Amino acid sequence: MLRTDKLVFEYIRRDEEGNVEGITRAVDNVNLDVKPGEFIAILGHNGSGKSTLAKHFNALLYPTEGEVFVDGMNTEDDSHLWDIRQEAGMVFQNPDNQIIGQVVEEDVGFGPENMGVPTQEIWERVEESLKTVGMLQFRKSSPNHLSGGQKQRVSIAGVIAMHPKCIIFDEPTAMLDPNGRKEVIRAARALNQVENITIILITHYMEEVIYADRVFVMDKGHVEMTGTPREIFSQVDRLKELRLGVPQVTLLAHELKKAGLPLPDGVLTREEFVEELKKIKR
Amino acid sequence: MLRDITLGQYYRTESVIHSLDPRVKLVATFAFIVSLFVANNFIGYVIAALFLAMVIYLSKVPPKFIFRGMKTIFFLLLLTMVFNLFLTPGTPIVSVWKFTITQEGLKMAAMMAVRLVFLITGSSLMTLTTTPNHLTDGLERLLRPLRLFKVPVHEISMMMSIALRFIPILMEETDKIMKAQMARGADFESGSLIKRAKSLVPLLVPLFISAFRRANDLAMAMEARCYKGGDGRTKMKPLIYEKRDRLAYLVIILYLVLIVVMGRILF
Repeated sequence: MLRTDKLVFEYIRRDEEGNVEGITRAVDNVNLDVKPGEFIAILGHNGSGKSTLAKHFNALLYPTEGEVFVDGMNTEDDSHLWDIRQEAGMVFQNPDNQIIGQVVEEDVGFGPENMGVPTQEIWERVEESLKTVGMLQFRKSSPNHLSGGQKQRVSIAGVIAMHPKCIIFDEPTAMLDPNGRKEVIRAARALNQVENITIILITHYMEEVIYADRVFVMDKGHVEMTGTPREIFSQVDRLKELRLGVPQVTLLAHELKKAGLPLPDGVLTREEFVEELKKIKR
Repeated sequence: MLRDITLGQYYRTESVIHSLDPRVKLVATFAFIVSLFVANNFIGYVIAALFLAMVIYLSKVPPKFIFRGMKTIFFLLLLTMVFNLFLTPGTPIVSVWKFTITQEGLKMAAMMAVRLVFLITGSSLMTLTTTPNHLTDGLERLLRPLRLFKVPVHEISMMMSIALRFIPILMEETDKIMKAQMARGADFESGSLIKRAKSLVPLLVPLFISAFRRANDLAMAMEARCYKGGDGRTKMKPLIYEKRDRLAYLVIILYLVLIVVMGRILF
């Protein structure tokens, strides 16, 4: 579905005369291969290059070196530009800055309008996508009156209405409260499981990646770790080196294990933790 | 609350006038304004008044709502009247010191006052019965022929609707920045006019920076959703003329004919 081949991206800083002042390598030699229907999480602290990487999947940025393929199409090939943007939808961080319409349903219809979908079908798509994210009762509301989580769900609906095969979430929960975060993650998981849409979730909240099929950990533009959430979170000390934490339960289990309790590595959820503790008690 | 402000002065209710196509309302307002300047006799103004009264009745907007807008132009109205009253040459009626009121002046002042009042009433009736959104849509369609002269009509209307969407957001942001600056000892309220204007700088700079940042984000979000300008775009809510719109056009034409004919017959 998505593939990067030795991807390198450099930000070039220039002074006022246009001379090159410095080059920052934001993405450095990244090789990824995402299969259709997968739920992928990309982790990394600020400045690790994860958002820069995400923008390559939507042809918003082009590689300095290497190549990016979306569903077999090279993003540098201009003739496929709009196909790529339709197939790989994107949800951004700030909910206010990505809603264009003044009414919820108009915003959801914005993508299909741009694609030249006939009027009747736009209405069908809008209704169906608002239903998918559970925002149908707000269709006539102004986005200014919604909560952060609701706005993000409207943005997701706006992407679904374009019938993408893949959705890239670029830190969709960074500006939300815990409730809003839950709403958005629940919507993303539902899309993956029910509609079988490939999901790339970029985040720095550890709790959000435990449902992913695979996790990539990025640091300084490199992919440092790859694996299932359990494999990744078993390596608490390695994550600490990369200035990343682990979910609280995982950390607790890790510390207890160090203190001598026979617990396994990479405990992800509270329920799992309780089960493991019960086993020890017996 | 700041986020509750609505732009313009849309009055939410359901009426024939509200449901008319925005293009009809724009054209009607324009025609009405023109008619006010074509009409130059008593009968003409009576017809205009009757027409206006009919539209107000049909729009179901309470008259006090409409005339509230009048307060703001009261001073302008007074000024035009005074000037017309004293400065029109003609047969004098009363003369006090250097000021002379003439017959023509009296007539002119009355006419200007009526014109102004009708003009404001007519155009505020349009904004009272049309949402800003509809208005930009209507403008886009009406101005479409200008594309032949390379006027970016779609882009202009897109800019207008984005501006409308971001006004409440930027208002909220202004409020936030203002509070943040006040918490650090900024003073926006006291001092001379110049001092107060100067104190706005630490408010405007962050506001502008954030507006640019938002614009950048929004442009990216629009591109990611396949926005490529007006060509090849379909409409979710296309403007289609219905029977009532055609009827309204007919009424407007009849009204214009009546005004012009009345002017001819009497002079």
